[in-house]
Amino acid sequence: MSDREGERSAPSNRAGSGSTREGEPSEPATDGGEDAPAFEAARYPDGSITYPAHPVGPGGQEPVDTVDLSEHTAEVVTWTTSTATPPGVREPNHVAVVEFDVDGEPVRAIGQATTGDLAIGDEVEPVYCAELRDPEAGIREPASQEWDGFRFRPVE
Amino acid sequence: MEDVAIVGASMTRFGQRDAWIRQLLAEAGQACLEDAGVSADAVEHLYVSNMASGEFEGQTGVPNALAHDLQAVPAYTARIDQTSSSGGAGIYAAWQSVASGASDMTLLVGGEKMTHRSTAEATDVIASLTHPCEYKHGLTLPSFAGLTARLYLDTYDAPRESLGKVAVKNHKNGVDNPHAQFRKEVDLETVLDSPVVADPLRLYDFCPITDGSAALLLCPVSVAEEYADDYVTVTGIGGATDTHVVHERADPTTMRGVVESSDRAYEMAGLSPDDVDVAELHDMFTILEFLQFEDLGFAEKGEGWKAVEEGRTDRDGELPINTSGGLKSKGHPLGASGVAQAYEVVQQLRGEAGKRQVDADVGLACNVGGFGNCVTTAIFEGVDA
Repeated sequence: MSDREGERSAPSNRAGSGSTREGEPSEPATDGGEDAPAFEAARYPDGSITYPAHPVGPGGQEPVDTVDLSEHTAEVVTWTTSTATPPGVREPNHVAVVEFDVDGEPVRAIGQATTGDLAIGDEVEPVYCAELRDPEAGIREPASQEWDGFRFRPVE
Repeated sequence: MEDVAIVGASMTRFGQRDAWIRQLLAEAGQACLEDAGVSADAVEHLYVSNMASGEFEGQTGVPNALAHDLQAVPAYTARIDQTSSSGGAGIYAAWQSVASGASDMTLLVGGEKMTHRSTAEATDVIASLTHPCEYKHGLTLPSFAGLTARLYLDTYDAPRESLGKVAVKNHKNGVDNPHAQFRKEVDLETVLDSPVVADPLRLYDFCPITDGSAALLLCPVSVAEEYADDYVTVTGIGGATDTHVVHERADPTTMRGVVESSDRAYEMAGLSPDDVDVAELHDMFTILEFLQFEDLGFAEKGEGWKAVEEGRTDRDGELPINTSGGLKSKGHPLGASGVAQAYEVVQQLRGEAGKRQVDADVGLACNVGGFGNCVTTAIFEGVDA
């Protein structure tokens, strides 16, 4: 019951494929490629890695490096399909918590999934999406944060 | 440090109300003063627990507005916002004001006006507490509940039906609460057949959107005896936080804020989980009742679901949980909920809970903000002066 194709061509009134805040048509979800930004996590002096980055890490020290999680696959820790979504968010909205293994260091992330056909333990890969929800539709000030990011797609 | 008493308590009817935030707060505040027999001009500190009156209604400055509406001017005022745990945080602030000696009479009023907004809008206001990396993906509090419920059921081999039984129990309790939003029993089949909201959770696993207000009046124990024969003391209180980014928690099925805040509250009170006779937990979603039950020390990790299966948390069980109906049945006007939890415990300890009455000398209230992001746990004991 994969809806991957539907996500790539979702109607324009749904988040993830609506207008950008400048009024330009947004890009569909992509596999990344040369134009996709990094899925950036922060590495700290004690070796720990967090997504998102914080001013200081779990050990109380500032980050010293970044890690691009888009180069890795991850395992589904848990997932849900939300059917009561806020303004500007696709409905249904599949979301998952996943865990990457970066050279033996676990790093968790959260994000939309490309399908609700998931199971705990599935292997997924990050897929870039230029606009995850309509920035103009919700309560948060559009300019206050980024609206692109990575969804998780099962590795076939 | 002063020993702190609660000499007055009140709550409005919860549900869909015509009243707006100022009217709701004044209704509970006035009723609380009348309950204690204390005049408004005796109030030295006035705290208002409220998450988002500006966002919901366009009304800010509510503490000062309430001070004027109650004729409590020139009391010191402050608004306490800790999202869904604003009420618990308000109890903490009110307790501090009295315990420190800064105030001899502190009125705490919690309230929220929400039902004029659509479910989607209200959900978005609440979801605005999330980190940008969560918000941009459309994460909401219900979706965190779905994520956690799936992991809990899978990790601890708990049956889906056990979550439904929390809803059944709390709806049954709510029938006897004249202030509750829903006073109607539901059966397990109805819960399990209701529409999916955040898989595996369904409509009846979630609390409603609610208008309402509740209030407490706190003073030193030495002052309390001037006003009341039966009063309640705050013998333990603790507040704590967990990560803002929910997925960064080592064990997503443990609410560290609940563990830390209750450890502090038990230590202050000189009590253990075994001493608690009745408790109000923050069942914004059914899964939260299991997590708090375990993290408060009432059961081992992964065993909380068995308590509801075995009826141990029923009103006539060994540890009644959410005799008020909980947020699930009573309703969840964000800033009011933590105060209303304490109201129910006060009613139980005073022996004034009517059909909901259980045998209790020690009561506990656990109020959770975000998805366990901020927590206040308070322990109350009854006193017959």
